[in-house]
Amino acid sequence: MEGLSLFLQALTLQAGYNAAVVAIGAGLLGLAAGGAGAFIFLRKRALVSDAVSHATLPGVGLAFLLMVALGGDGRSLAGLILGSAVSAGIGLVLVDWITRKTRLGEDAAIGAILSVFFGAGIVLLTVIQNTSGGRQAGLESFLLGSTAGMLFDEAVMIAVAGGITAALVFAMRRPMTLVAFDPEFAAANGVHVQRTDLAMMGLALLVTVIGLKVVGLILIIALLIIPAVAARFWTERVGRMIWIASLIGGLSGFCGAALSSAFVALPAGPMIVLLCFALFTFSLLFSPGRGAFAALIARRRFQHRVHIRQGLLSMAREEPIYDGLTLSVLRRGGYLNPDGTPTVNGRAAAAKAVLDEARWKVARSRRQLDRETGADDGLTRIETVLTPDQIADIDAQLALKKGGVS
Amino acid sequence: MSPLELIADRGKVIAEAPSAEPMAVRGLTVSYGEKPAVFSVDMAVPEGSMSAIIGPNGAGKSTFLKGSLGIVPKVAGEARFFGKPLDRVRGRVAYVPQRASVDWDFPARVIDVVMMGLYRQIGLFRPFGKSNRSQAIDCLERVGMAEFAQRQIGQLSGGQQQRVFLARALAQNADLYLLDEPFAGVDMATESAIVSVLKGLKSEGRTVVAVHHDLTTVRSYFDRVALINVRKLAEGPTDTTFTSEALQETYGGRLADTQLATLQQANG
Repeated sequence: MEGLSLFLQALTLQAGYNAAVVAIGAGLLGLAAGGAGAFIFLRKRALVSDAVSHATLPGVGLAFLLMVALGGDGRSLAGLILGSAVSAGIGLVLVDWITRKTRLGEDAAIGAILSVFFGAGIVLLTVIQNTSGGRQAGLESFLLGSTAGMLFDEAVMIAVAGGITAALVFAMRRPMTLVAFDPEFAAANGVHVQRTDLAMMGLALLVTVIGLKVVGLILIIALLIIPAVAARFWTERVGRMIWIASLIGGLSGFCGAALSSAFVALPAGPMIVLLCFALFTFSLLFSPGRGAFAALIARRRFQHRVHIRQGLLSMAREEPIYDGLTLSVLRRGGYLNPDGTPTVNGRAAAAKAVLDEARWKVARSRRQLDRETGADDGLTRIETVLTPDQIADIDAQLALKKGGVS
Repeated sequence: MSPLELIADRGKVIAEAPSAEPMAVRGLTVSYGEKPAVFSVDMAVPEGSMSAIIGPNGAGKSTFLKGSLGIVPKVAGEARFFGKPLDRVRGRVAYVPQRASVDWDFPARVIDVVMMGLYRQIGLFRPFGKSNRSQAIDCLERVGMAEFAQRQIGQLSGGQQQRVFLARALAQNADLYLLDEPFAGVDMATESAIVSVLKGLKSEGRTVVAVHHDLTTVRSYFDRVALINVRKLAEGPTDTTFTSEALQETYGGRLADTQLATLQQANG
């Protein structure tokens, strides 16, 4: 109970000044991550950003050693972030260089850079941990993030940097959209594709280094990618997708940090990622356009339409129907009596189905209707494709044929 | 460019000489690895013409266009547009890539794709206004797609997607249109819609260059042809250039005799 009221306090920014600033910082970080991640997702470069985030680690260790060597504290967050940004930048440029200048694919380049940089970082961290003073540095918190004991200045810095990154994403949205959708068209329009890609990954780098202290370098890819994937379920417009992804990221960051401040045992980074995942799962299941349930319902509805149509045609030909689903949809539609005989409605509908088939057949034989008959898939109603005049004309030909036969 | 080609007024250049061709390529070589896809190709496209680039599959037709536009890096050669490097006249050149080159599940509606053609004009920051929207709708109307403006692009047929790509190029209001296989895999209605738009552009004095694969329609659609198979083998007015000898040279054994016969029939 106490935890819950603390959480509510944290959500409403009443849990103390420090907790409030941390939550706002995490929210702005999530906002920037969601926006930048949306473009990375659309450009299908998620794994590159994973390589970039793992490449931060040696920079953290080296920055610490350098700051200590210069007689400083070594724990200055700004210094550590700067160091991590430099090594992540080197990793990014190396991935780019290997992909462009050698015959290795991007996947191989990512695998190599990610593991080598991360391994080097772990070695550095282990060395630092075994020095006096290094033990208290808490550098291992950069792996999974830790907001506990974050200093006020650090939280403010994270908030400001997150806000700036979000603004940069907004500023670059048009070239990034062009490159993500159609790189050839972008290049022909004078957009430098390679530079735009590097700038996009640079935004991912910024998000990663800002998020080191909050989410940690292992989980930051989740904050970049999951909001984008979740947002894709809700819209067919890239502009809106960016906003929704930013919103999901921001909400997860803010609430995750608030949860962590209320329940001290809960780590902020993993909480933020789990909240993202919860929003993703909700989107996956319940999105009206692309969600799993909507797809299931649409599929069943379509299946029923097919079975009704085929069942009516069978009824018209007085063929026996064996398919259980066909029988049940025809009964439920009021076309068949429980005993399997056609109802009045059923007879009328079956006759109409046969008439439509005959109309389509005539329409297909007319060359000037080539375009319209392309729509015939067995389910499309002819009335929605042809004008009443055209149908009347077809019916006249049908009547003539009948007359000729009898 | 010689000084005589410029019309100068008080030392300022006020107009390019009319002789500057919309597209002039010299010695263009583009290579994937160490095998040139296009080798030392020259081409000059006169203003107001409608040219087809023809050749067998894998002959480097698309690569030639992409190399000229700097979409793929070139090994040698240069391309000038309206007498200048492309960077100085990008607004006058519109490019329609192959439909298959993009992911059509991208979150965009038809109108969003067409408005991408306006990015250069609008800039990076200014929001789209009502007039931009109506500009885009006008372009969709010209290709017969206005009623689909709000449709998600993944729900379109291949022919409709191609028309949207053309509408995006129209939105650029360019003087030179370069199209990569605009008729590949499209329905008859789309093909005739695209041809009439392209002929309309030509009648306005604009220039059209298209990579084309259907030999039977070359004569009725295009007034100039360039035959390419890694090298440029022939270039000129369709009437005098599009001959069975030139085609034989371009396609080699790949053009069956029966195909040649049909062509000769089609060409009367």
